[in-house]
Amino acid sequence: MRNILAVAGKELRAYFHSPIAYLVMAVYAVLCGFFFYSFTATYVVQTFRMQAMGGMGMPNMTINDYVIRPLFEGVLTIVLLLLIPLITMRLYAEEKRSGTIELLLTSPVTDFQIIAGKFLGALLLFGTMIVITFGFVGTLFLYGNPSAKPLIAQAVGLFLFGASLLALGMWISTFTKNQIIAAVVSFAAFLLIYVLDWVTAYSNGPVSSVLSYMSLTTHFDAFAKGVVDLKDLVYYLSVIALGIFLTSRSVEALKGRI
Amino acid sequence: MIQVENLTKRYGPTLAVSDVSFDVQKGEILGFLGPNGAGKTTTMRIITGFLSPSSGRVRVAGYDVAEEPIEAKKCLGYLPENPPVYTDMTVNEYLAFVGRIKGVPRSELKKRIGEVAEKCSIADVQHRQIGKLSKGYRQRVGLAQALIHNPAVLILDEPTAGLDPKQIIETRELIKSLAGQHTVILSTHILPEVSKTCQRVVVINKGTVVAMGAPEELTARLQGYGSVLVTVEGPAPEIMGKLQAVPGVNLVEPVEATGARVTLEVHTEKNRDVRADLARAIVESGWGLFELKTSGMSLEDIFLKLTTRDLGEEAAHAEAAASAKTEVVN
Repeated sequence: MRNILAVAGKELRAYFHSPIAYLVMAVYAVLCGFFFYSFTATYVVQTFRMQAMGGMGMPNMTINDYVIRPLFEGVLTIVLLLLIPLITMRLYAEEKRSGTIELLLTSPVTDFQIIAGKFLGALLLFGTMIVITFGFVGTLFLYGNPSAKPLIAQAVGLFLFGASLLALGMWISTFTKNQIIAAVVSFAAFLLIYVLDWVTAYSNGPVSSVLSYMSLTTHFDAFAKGVVDLKDLVYYLSVIALGIFLTSRSVEALKGRI
Repeated sequence: MIQVENLTKRYGPTLAVSDVSFDVQKGEILGFLGPNGAGKTTTMRIITGFLSPSSGRVRVAGYDVAEEPIEAKKCLGYLPENPPVYTDMTVNEYLAFVGRIKGVPRSELKKRIGEVAEKCSIADVQHRQIGKLSKGYRQRVGLAQALIHNPAVLILDEPTAGLDPKQIIETRELIKSLAGQHTVILSTHILPEVSKTCQRVVVINKGTVVAMGAPEELTARLQGYGSVLVTVEGPAPEIMGKLQAVPGVNLVEPVEATGARVTLEVHTEKNRDVRADLARAIVESGWGLFELKTSGMSLEDIFLKLTTRDLGEEAAHAEAAASAKTEVVN
């Protein structure tokens, strides 16, 4: 554990010593803030209009459904597709380029400890982004009365969604010394997994349902609705485990073991 | 302390290291010598566990690197060719991180950092960011990193590369001072380094060990005869005749003639110093003696010999040539 924390601390320090952490957090805050404002403003206008029309349909128009859910489902997941590669691109690529990978792999720590430490460091940076989200969404509690329970599910969902991308991005980062290549390939891969469920629009049958099941979006739906389903939890945890496993295999290959 | 047995490493069809075996005793400094691309770095990386061999095995302090990597790595300090530093950290942050992952107890960490910083003379830059340090300082930070957990074995890949002459001397002194308590393997393609710092040398070329032994031993083994260069002003044929008559001289060969001056190479019997006799012979004959020096085979010559031709063949060849010439002259 001590080794994992040492590596995680090193990763976090590296993020905050370079512009990456600030850039990622700033971009996230700007995008999240803009969409939050625009959804809220639309919601306010809509509700006024409804009221003017005699309050018809009012009970169904909750702030959870019209502001928070579209923010998580339609915006934040896409923002993460773009920003997570910026977090994961350096994890292994930079160590390979600067030669520090030789230090890590010749130290008395296991590959798993290094991987777990790196993942944890990246996860903590990503965690701060979730906190930023709550900075915006929290203001709704000051001026309105959204229900908190779906929000917890949405936050858990977004966290797992991001963590899955982090694990896969870390794996992709082991293949190259070039951070830009790692970022571009990660983004392309994330985008593909994100839209896998589109196959259901033009085909059906077993292949399409399998592909749809593999899509990151399919499993986010329930979380976005405020429901934590075991099936979705298992899916995201499996993707994280898979990413970590693939990373460890890839590190083995770096050593010429495979 | 280190046992390397039949190490072979293939990268696809290319054989980087082929059947390399050697032992290093406790407290010894072993020089690993070879031209660029000979397989030095690959061998060192295998010893440190960074790479796995295709076949063969390595034991460090009794631990098999493949089977008990963590135990083996605890006894290892490694300085790769490029110091593995995080340029965004300060020297202290970096050494603290390395100390932690190398298993230095937290209570001792501060003390250890102070000690290695002192030893590697980087105490004055401890609070500076590594990215802003010169190559020489970075190299020494790399060395400090390798020493932080006081390992029994040190693997140094070209530790003096990129240093200025003063730093090179300091680094060599530092490495020498490590002998005894630490077992050191250092690789280099700079030859004087080997004779200055190492007790034993392994010469490697194209992935195979071509020679092994103390630097003096290697010189003696390869040198079939002694040789002296003389520059004299006077009639060449007479001088050659006169020098040939000096006892212990096998053969006199003209090397160069400029005006009245000739430079001659005098081959002598093995382990016999004839310089005084040569000088006397020349001066007594009234010729002008301008230069007299031994041209003993330097480590450079040995290195070239070893790495350009097969060792046995070369030695036999040199000996045969020497005796043939002797016969002709006699």
